[in-house]
Amino acid sequence: MCGIVGFLARRDADRERLGQLVTPMLECMATRGPDSAGLALFHRPLPASRRFALSTRDRKFDWQALAESCQQELGLPAPVAALENHASLVSELQPEIFKPWLNSTFPEVHLLSTGHAIEIFKDEGHPEEIARRFHFTEMVGTHVVGHTRMATESAVSPAHAHPFTAGEDFCLVHNGSLSNPYSVRRKLESLGIAFETDNDTEAGCRFLEWRMREGDTLETAIEVAQAELDGFYTFLMATADKLVLVRDAFACKPAVVAETDDYVAVSSEFRSLAHLPDIKHAHVYEPAPEQIYSWSV
Amino acid sequence: MVSLKQLDLTDLSVRQVNEYLHGELLEECPARVEILNPDGLHSIAAGLDKEVEIDILGHAGYFIAGMNQRARVTIHGNVGWSVAENMMSGVVRVKGHASECAGASGHGGLLVIEGDASSRCGISLKGTEIVVGGSVGHFSAFMAQAGTLVVCGDAGPNLGDSLYEATIYVRGSIHSLGADAREEEMQADDFEKVAELLSRAEMNYDAREFKRVSSARSLYHWNADAHQEY
Repeated sequence: MCGIVGFLARRDADRERLGQLVTPMLECMATRGPDSAGLALFHRPLPASRRFALSTRDRKFDWQALAESCQQELGLPAPVAALENHASLVSELQPEIFKPWLNSTFPEVHLLSTGHAIEIFKDEGHPEEIARRFHFTEMVGTHVVGHTRMATESAVSPAHAHPFTAGEDFCLVHNGSLSNPYSVRRKLESLGIAFETDNDTEAGCRFLEWRMREGDTLETAIEVAQAELDGFYTFLMATADKLVLVRDAFACKPAVVAETDDYVAVSSEFRSLAHLPDIKHAHVYEPAPEQIYSWSV
Repeated sequence: MVSLKQLDLTDLSVRQVNEYLHGELLEECPARVEILNPDGLHSIAAGLDKEVEIDILGHAGYFIAGMNQRARVTIHGNVGWSVAENMMSGVVRVKGHASECAGASGHGGLLVIEGDASSRCGISLKGTEIVVGGSVGHFSAFMAQAGTLVVCGDAGPNLGDSLYEATIYVRGSIHSLGADAREEEMQADDFEKVAELLSRAEMNYDAREFKRVSSARSLYHWNADAHQEY
C-alpha cells in the first residue's frame, strides 16, 4: 500500500500557499505509507538556470563548502539553499558538466532532480517528520506530486522513496506494483539507460522518459507504456507544465480527483482532500481505468 | 427518548461514534441519528444491529455501513470502497457515487446507489439487492451467488464474470459480458422483480426497458475436454 497526492493550483493566491494546502494531504496519507515520503515541487521555471536538488544521509553536511567548491572548480556561480540533508543548488551549469563533477567530488551526495522547474524532496522516515524537516508548509509553486510509501517490493531507503525522476522536469509516483520491471529494465539498459535502484517504479519512470526523449508527448508515452508495463498501478506524473494521472485496466489501486475553478487535487483517498477550500462544491470523481487525465498549469 | 441525535466527527472519533451506535443508542433510542462532517473517514456506522435511521451528511470513506443489520443508513454524498460490505439486512442508500466493491459479499437487505458505482459492484453477492441509478464499472457482480443487481445506466466490461445464481438487470448498454454470463429474455417475474426493486429504490424507470443477464452455468462442473478454453 502507498499513498499518492497531487495538486495543481490555478490561481496565484493558491500558488503562494501551496505548502499549506498540500502538506495536510500528504500527512493524512501517512496511514497508507509510513516508511518514507517525498514530493516533487514545481517552481515557476527558471529561464536560463537549472535547479539541482541534492541530498545526503548526513544531516550536518556542509552544503556551503560544496557550493564554493563547485564555483571554484567549474567556474560558474552555484548558490545553494539548504535544509539539513537536502539542498537546492541553482546554476547555469549544464547537467553533463555538473553530474560527473558531483559524482567524483562528492560521491556521498545524491542528485535528486534536475530541471528548470522541478525540485524533489524525499527521504525515509515518517511523512510528518519529513514534512517538518523540509518545511513543506512553506512551499510556493504551481503544482506538486507527493507520495507516502509502504514498501512491498524493494528496500526502504531514501533512494527507493518516491517520487522517481528521469531526465529533466519529469517525475512519477506510483501506488501498486509492476510485475515485469526487470524485462523493461533490461530493454532500457541495452539502450544505455542507467538505473539507480532495483525499484519497479524506476523502470516505469525511465521507460516514460525514454519515450519522451524519442519524441512522444507524455500522453503518447503513457499509451505505449500501457502496452509494455504489466502489473498494478495508479501513476501520477508531472512535467514543468502538467499534472497527469492514469490507472491500470483493473484499477485495483485507488484514486480520487477533486476539481474546482481554483485547483485540481488528486489523492488515494478523499479524506486527504477534505480540508481543501470549497471542497463541498468541488467536482469529485473517481478516474476511470486506463483513461489518461491531464491538467495544464 | 430523543428524536434526533447529532454526532459530529469534527469532535468525535469514528470509534466513539460507532461505540455510541453499538451501545448507548440502544438505551437512548433516537428515531434518527445525524452524523456530521464524515470528511472521507472510513468504517462509519459499521456493524449496526438496530432499527434506526442514520444520515451521514457529506462524503464518506471506505467500509461505510458494513455488516449492516436492520438499520437504514443514508449517505448524503459519495462513498469510498466497499460500502455496505457484507450487509445482512436493512437499507443503505448513497445519494452520490460509490467507489469500488459496493455491496461486496452482501447476504441481504437493499443497497441503493443513486449515482454511479465503479468497478466490482456486487462482487461475490450472496443475497443483497442492489439498485444503481447510474452506471457500474468493470467486473460488476463478479462471482455473484445470489441476490439481484439492477443497473439503470450502463455496465462496464466483463459484467457478471463467473456468475452463479444472482441475476443482473441492465437498462443501458453492456460494454461486455464476462465468462459464463449471458443475456436472457425477460419473463413476467423478471418485470415484476425489477418494478418492485425500482419502486423500493424510488427510481422512476420502466421495467420493460431492462434486459436480464444470468449464468449460462457452463462453469459449474469441471469439463476435462474444455482445455481451459472458457
